[in-house]
Amino acid sequence: MKNAQQAVTTLEGLQALIDALRRRDYHVVGPTIRDQAIVYDDIVSVSDLPRGWTDEQDGGHYRLKRRDDDAVFGFAVGPQSWKKYLHPPVLRLWHTERKADSLSIVGERDPDTRYAFLGVRACELRAIGIQDRVFLGGPQIDTHYRARREGVFLIAVNCGQAGGTCFCVSMDAGPKAENGYDLSLTEITNGAGHAFLVEAGSDAGGEVLAELPQRAASEEDLATAAAVVDRTAASMGRKMRADDVHDLLLRNLDHPRWEEVAGRCLSCGNCTMVCPTCFCTSVEAASDLAGLETAASRRWDSCFTLDFTHINEGSVRSTTRARYRQWMTHKLATWVDQFGSSGCVGCGRCITWCPVGIDITEEVRAIRDTEPL
Amino acid sequence: MEGLERIVREHAFFANLHEAFADLVAGCAKNVRFESGQYLFREGEPASEFYLVRHGRIALQLAAPGRGPVTFQTLGEGEILGVSWLIPPYRFTYDAKALELIRAIAIDAACLRQKCETDHDLGYEMMKRFMPILIQRLQATRLQILDVYGNHR
Amino acid sequence: MSTATIAEPVAAVHAADPMTPRLARVRARRREASTVWTLDIELEGGKSAGFAPGQFYMLGVFGVGEVPISVSGDARDTSLLVHTVRAVGPVSNALTQLGPGAPLGLRGPFGVGWPMDEARHHDVIVVAGGLGLAPLRPALYHLLAERSRYRKLVLFYGTRSPQEILFRRELEEWRRRLDVTIEVTVDHAVGEWRGHVGVVSTLIPRAAVDPLNAVALVCGPEIMMRFATTALRNMGLKDETIYLSMERNMKCAIGFCGHCQLGTHFVCRDGPVFRYDRIHSVFGYEDL
Repeated sequence: MKNAQQAVTTLEGLQALIDALRRRDYHVVGPTIRDQAIVYDDIVSVSDLPRGWTDEQDGGHYRLKRRDDDAVFGFAVGPQSWKKYLHPPVLRLWHTERKADSLSIVGERDPDTRYAFLGVRACELRAIGIQDRVFLGGPQIDTHYRARREGVFLIAVNCGQAGGTCFCVSMDAGPKAENGYDLSLTEITNGAGHAFLVEAGSDAGGEVLAELPQRAASEEDLATAAAVVDRTAASMGRKMRADDVHDLLLRNLDHPRWEEVAGRCLSCGNCTMVCPTCFCTSVEAASDLAGLETAASRRWDSCFTLDFTHINEGSVRSTTRARYRQWMTHKLATWVDQFGSSGCVGCGRCITWCPVGIDITEEVRAIRDTEPL
Repeated sequence: MEGLERIVREHAFFANLHEAFADLVAGCAKNVRFESGQYLFREGEPASEFYLVRHGRIALQLAAPGRGPVTFQTLGEGEILGVSWLIPPYRFTYDAKALELIRAIAIDAACLRQKCETDHDLGYEMMKRFMPILIQRLQATRLQILDVYGNHR
Repeated sequence: MSTATIAEPVAAVHAADPMTPRLARVRARRREASTVWTLDIELEGGKSAGFAPGQFYMLGVFGVGEVPISVSGDARDTSLLVHTVRAVGPVSNALTQLGPGAPLGLRGPFGVGWPMDEARHHDVIVVAGGLGLAPLRPALYHLLAERSRYRKLVLFYGTRSPQEILFRRELEEWRRRLDVTIEVTVDHAVGEWRGHVGVVSTLIPRAAVDPLNAVALVCGPEIMMRFATTALRNMGLKDETIYLSMERNMKCAIGFCGHCQLGTHFVCRDGPVFRYDRIHSVFGYEDL
């Protein structure tokens, strides 16, 4: 949309937004606190959101802390990403049905649920776009992803602060949400109370925006919003030089750093679970004890598992070194050849949720700095 | 003598061999033939000859109690049979069995070793021709040891 | 004979879903070697199951799992899918124990096959190792059926021992033809074997082909493909004329599960047949 519809609304407006979406039969999901982390779950009311909370993140470190204000979106990203809805962790594929003398194979239907994602950060928008390319942009379409993706209403949030492990600026993936959303929010809370600059990014977004209590966005509002984004961009927790990473990694497949990081890596796969673009899955067969009813389902898998590459002689990537190298070179290098962009959006989750704090930005730097001449 | 010299030079192993050297080699050579099923030599026998195979297939075998003879390589036309004559104690380390009618040139080992001692240029020429064969066979043998078609778990 | 259908309500949604199998049944099974079986499979309802030489299907035993198996039969016969399977794990063991009439799930065909068109008007060298002869057999059927479109045709087949030679009767039949050269070798032999003994790469220099106008199709254990490729290149074949069939773990077979990734490629979708020049940089690593 050329001249984006803009307006300023309040907390009441935010609640009205949630209500407007629910009236349209959207299943609204967004950030909420559970198990001492900010995760994505059902949102019915503004009070479900982590108002007044922030997250303290570093390598292998995540803590929720109280803020001195009551910003609604005053945190970075948590262990979950929107792929839990678009590319579900477990998906039933088909099952067999036996009746008297017949056997049939019944494919599972995709659900009719239409999600509204409330609070999608710029890095996450980019990640969704990357998975769109993986699942919808190639010779084969993932029909299950498409069924879930097609109806989604996206409400982006421009981050009010950078997280301790964030480096979206390095990956040119934020902190401002540029496109791909229906509505975007920037929290411009000041002494006068809660305010959100709302921008429509689509016709559907504009329609919903029109229903919210609002006032026109002033020049001052726009300047405040821009300042929020600038402040976030200037306070990234990590940095990574990204223009040379593809070639750097692919010409350093024998670099001793891989052995070094393998000495720290537990091969636990946390990074792949929290990464918003990791998409590997496996297919599992199940049956009842009598072997009469059988089924198959697809579930998330990780290239860090030992039998990920199992062929009959054993696993191709039988060492942690080989598996760590695979993850990092795929994410930052071969992904570019396959899908036209980096697989990394700089969200920092892999750094935060690694039990030993392995930092992908540091690993790239180490290889670059000690590259054999 | 002249006929043997020609036959020696016609064999792939001695292709492009200098005339003078061919002469020297032919002086140690004779025509031989083995019937199908005959052993050219057996493990442990003195390696008094080596062979330029002109026709027919030969099985190189080692026998183990219970397993019987196991063929680990076959050789045929254009190839060399026998390298143990090059190093003491000059004894064959396997059985060589004719799988069909074999025509070959047998080269007397002591005779050729003596001529190589006397004429080092001849000696070097022989080494240059033997080395590639030994190395290729070593490489091929390594691959056989890996048992690539086996079930490795 | 039981009837079976893909249940109506989801037929429209998933008829084209590559992750939902079609019901098939084993028509016959034959033992080829001590752990190798060939299954003749037909789709329920007599539907046709086509493929191109070199492609594979995911064969599934209900409740046990699926494995990728190259088709080893003749592509001209679309009523039957022939697969040669080695029993090595839980799924392949279950597969090779299925008797006539037993149901299984089929997904496919998947993958890039042998370059039958690109090889036209060239000499063709086929190098097979062990079970690798099975994915090459459809190519051989094609080459022999369309014999005049190709120049010289040579097959070198190496395997462990004479007891493990696959499709022996067919090989002997083909050997009797005047327009194809077939050499079989084994790594070692006991008993009455009068053929070659030695690794298959030692046969390759004997191929009387024009290396600048030849295409090579290679399939077997990866080590064997490496040394066969070296022998072919030493003979003068260019990297763009050597084709290999790669094997990796596969779950989805449609390029989404990530398991079969090899460098920038997904073997299920960009292979399993690859032109050597396109994978030579990853071919040198055994753990990439």
